[in-house]
Amino acid sequence: MAFLAVLAMALAYPIFADSYDVGNFSYFLIWIFMALGLSLIWGYGGMLSFGQTFFFGIAGYSYGVLAIIMGGGTATMLALALSVLIAALAAAVLGYFMIWGRIGGVFFGIVTLAATLSLAFFLGQTAGPEWHIGAARLNGFNGMKGMDPLTVGDIYIEGTILYYVMISLILIVYLGLRILVNSSIGNVIVAMREDPLRAEMLGYDVRKYQLLTFAVGSGLAGLSGALYTSWGQFITPSSIGLPAAAMPIVWVAFSGRSDLTATLVGSFLLLFGFQTITIYSQQAALVLMGALLLATVMVMPQGFVFGISQLASRHWKRRAALKKPRDSDRDERSQTSGS
Amino acid sequence: MSLLGVERVSKRFGGLTAVSDVNLTVETGEIHCLIGPNGAGKSTLFKLIVGIYPPTSGSIRFGDAEITRERPYARVQRGMSIKMQAPSVFKELPVRQNIHVALQQQRSGADLADEQDRLLVLLGLKDDADKPAGVLAHGQQQWLEIGMALALQPKLLLLDEPTAGMSPEETYRTGELIKSLNSGGMTIIVVEHDMTFVRQIAQRVTVLHLGKVFAHGLLEEIIRDPAVAEIYLGKQHNA
Repeated sequence: MAFLAVLAMALAYPIFADSYDVGNFSYFLIWIFMALGLSLIWGYGGMLSFGQTFFFGIAGYSYGVLAIIMGGGTATMLALALSVLIAALAAAVLGYFMIWGRIGGVFFGIVTLAATLSLAFFLGQTAGPEWHIGAARLNGFNGMKGMDPLTVGDIYIEGTILYYVMISLILIVYLGLRILVNSSIGNVIVAMREDPLRAEMLGYDVRKYQLLTFAVGSGLAGLSGALYTSWGQFITPSSIGLPAAAMPIVWVAFSGRSDLTATLVGSFLLLFGFQTITIYSQQAALVLMGALLLATVMVMPQGFVFGISQLASRHWKRRAALKKPRDSDRDERSQTSGS
Repeated sequence: MSLLGVERVSKRFGGLTAVSDVNLTVETGEIHCLIGPNGAGKSTLFKLIVGIYPPTSGSIRFGDAEITRERPYARVQRGMSIKMQAPSVFKELPVRQNIHVALQQQRSGADLADEQDRLLVLLGLKDDADKPAGVLAHGQQQWLEIGMALALQPKLLLLDEPTAGMSPEETYRTGELIKSLNSGGMTIIVVEHDMTFVRQIAQRVTVLHLGKVFAHGLLEEIIRDPAVAEIYLGKQHNA
């Protein structure tokens, strides 16, 4: 019921808001896919990945290159699909070497962070004219530009249309992930987070499940990257580097990594707050993100949004339990007075 | 042909030889106990059999398949199942889901739900089915893990100290469960310290000492062997 109410509000929002705010909302929604992907990899699969912006960058740059060399227009839709696929394939290759190489625990985070920083530094030194793919120049720290936004026929997917596309995509991805985590595959993903050896001793090749989880979650980061490039018609290496790479960790940890709904809600709230504060001071926004991560680790390691919703749920259950006997007392009293 | 053949298997960890040149044959349909003092190499041998450790040398056969280099999941798919020494359950997941994850490979729908309920009743965990497995008492976690191992309907069940942390009544019940599973055709290998329990279930016994097979044979023969009594059974046997 709450889900439908939120959905109805989201669908009605552009009717009441001005186009600038709708555009901003679309921007916040772009990042939700990356957060949901990390929730799947880290919260459900137990693999702490610092690689979300690595795949974000791969898909973002891929979209830019493909949109330019394919000539824009409706081909941008194909560019979007291909760039997400490229990010997922890159995740499958990196994941294969890490998982089959038995890199786990904290080392998983270190290797993915190293890959992320390598890509950011590599792209940062591509300012020279020799760094191009077809007509698409990478442009170093200044970033790549000149690609078309998503387009169908003569219609650019931007403004209110982009907002509704985002809402639809979030709905599809969220429900798809819900189906995945509630399926028999999801049971194994959660089991391998709890105890990979026990999961293997039940006959599951946990490496394949880990690889699937990593590829799907990273592919979602890729979706964010491609949509980001389409939205702004540019992408820079700073959207991949260390501060950017830490952000998804903060969103997901603060929200509640082991719950997709908490991640969805919490990430949106944090992005909204971050953007609002950034208008006044970007440094203050970054400091706040760091403080929130510290507070999460020290006060509510399961995540604030998830933890508070659990507390609220327990509170309502207790109230309901207390109310029942009172109701029955009242019934008894009314029967006694009646007799 | 025997169900399990371990031939001249050794396992070294750096300078320590935990298992040395061990031969073990387990026939289809028997209950085989591995006994020996602490550090004899029993649990290491179990881990070699199920593939958690690769052997340094030697070979392992399951049925007519050579499995020495196979990963654990592949051995489980062939029909092995293990309950490990320390309770190994999914602690944050409800008891019911622990069983579900084990069952879902072979069953689905109503069939899975029925078997899940049957196992929960058999394990005495029906009332705790919705609790996280981590809050169960040690003995209950042992039962849960046994249930997860049974859910796979294995040809060969390996139980590493299945009664650790259990009360005498629970231990007796576990023994009866093992015997009833065996009478249904399941081959079972048990590592155990409790000689009362070993007497309750064992048909053949292998004694390990300092990583080597010290003696093997029928339980009555092993109990009468004075050398075995000296290295291991002494205190318990005389008690």
